[in-house]
Amino acid sequence: MTDSNIQLDKHGRLKHFLTIEGLDRSLLQDILNYAESFSGVGERAVKKVPLLRGKTIANLFFEPSTRTRTTFELAAKRLSADVLSLNIAYSATKKGESLLDTLRTLEAMHCDMFVVRHADSGAAHFIASHVAPGISVINGGDGRHAHPTQAMLDMFTIRRHKGDFAPLRVAIVGDILHSRVARSEIHALSILGVNEIRVIGPRTLVPKDIQTLGVHVYHDLDAGLHDADVIIVLRLQHERMCSALLPGEAEYFNLYGLTEKRLCLAKPDAIVMHPGPINRGVEIDSQVADGKRSVILQQVSHGIAVRMAVMAMTMGNLSNLDPETIDAHSH
Amino acid sequence: MNQSTHDIELWLSTMADQLGKIISKEPLMIGILTGGVWIAERLHKKLQLKDPLGQLNIAFYRDDFSHIGLHPRVTPSSLPFSVENREIILVDDVLHTGRTIRAALNEIFDYGRPARIILAALIERSGRELPFSADVIGKRMSLKANEHVKLSGPEPLALEIKTAE
Repeated sequence: MTDSNIQLDKHGRLKHFLTIEGLDRSLLQDILNYAESFSGVGERAVKKVPLLRGKTIANLFFEPSTRTRTTFELAAKRLSADVLSLNIAYSATKKGESLLDTLRTLEAMHCDMFVVRHADSGAAHFIASHVAPGISVINGGDGRHAHPTQAMLDMFTIRRHKGDFAPLRVAIVGDILHSRVARSEIHALSILGVNEIRVIGPRTLVPKDIQTLGVHVYHDLDAGLHDADVIIVLRLQHERMCSALLPGEAEYFNLYGLTEKRLCLAKPDAIVMHPGPINRGVEIDSQVADGKRSVILQQVSHGIAVRMAVMAMTMGNLSNLDPETIDAHSH
Repeated sequence: MNQSTHDIELWLSTMADQLGKIISKEPLMIGILTGGVWIAERLHKKLQLKDPLGQLNIAFYRDDFSHIGLHPRVTPSSLPFSVENREIILVDDVLHTGRTIRAALNEIFDYGRPARIILAALIERSGRELPFSADVIGKRMSLKANEHVKLSGPEPLALEIKTAE
């Protein structure tokens, strides 16, 4: 999939945000820097800036989601846009309307941006390649493919705690095979130039060709956690239990659950992250999830700032003006 | 020291004198990034203000976002105080169209309701598009529409007038 071509305009600026793959380091840093600016907005008397006033953003959630949908919604509102959130899984598509028909209907309502969450890999890309010019599309998670805003909010959280990416050892633990979060994180971490990316999980849940992305594979949790600066625990989806990929939740926790004892193997200042929602006692022990190394709730607040940054960048970049000709400061 | 750096020092002293006459006991000062902050740092020192200097990045309040998008390199706004019911000296390097000041006022009011805002500009030039005037001015300049004032700094502060084709 060559998402990166259609998500950039001819000046190399973001027009859609579909995947991290293929973007360059300076663009990812721009997202993090803008997010840093936007993060202050939530602490003020009026938690809004007027950037997207008069714009309409439609959250199209073909797959259920709570935190991604609500933080996108809040991000849009803090930019002063009007937002409608559609749980399409339960509405028109159930009546047999095709994706393109749904799209045309929303275009007729003069929406300026679609945030798309879909169970099929490539859905956001498909929509981006069919929308009218002037509409931005942001991928809120597509199948097993990508979840770029989640990856960027994780990068933002890592940067807030660790500063520089270069010396870091980052361990991603759990169901790598089915995880769009893991895939986007691996791309982001390698573009930002971390020292080492490790993926840790059972053989049945780690893709066979994953080394080609430049990661080190561990099937033993203790070995993989050794000297890690950042530990990202992935959610174990219950439906995988039924598909004979895993023996059971208790067995999984014994082998791959992050406990205080195991956390001691990582660096003393290591942080623990999780994209949520958490399965306590399955992939992570409650003591760790609620412990002082956990930054899981910060990830949620950072998600708002990062989504504001991506929305403002894509909407602002639709103007077609050459960035070189823009006067940076007219008084 | 070139001529314009010398002039800027004089203008800054004039501004500090004028401000001294009109401000109340404990005003706050906010500079508009980037040039306005350089001027504000100097005035803040001259007036020996107690509260820390605030800085405002008006990028999220500009009226031309839909034409040109976000500006590159956004240093966040930082107001390390409550503006509620305080007197504020708002400082910019050049007062031209007045659009920056409109954006700055809108942003300040999203932090709270100040008692009074005084506008101080190093250069007050022709070309106003909105009804603003400065309370304190370092130097008045009458320039053509295609002439632009560019301040460089923070050390030394220097002025350049560029003519666009």
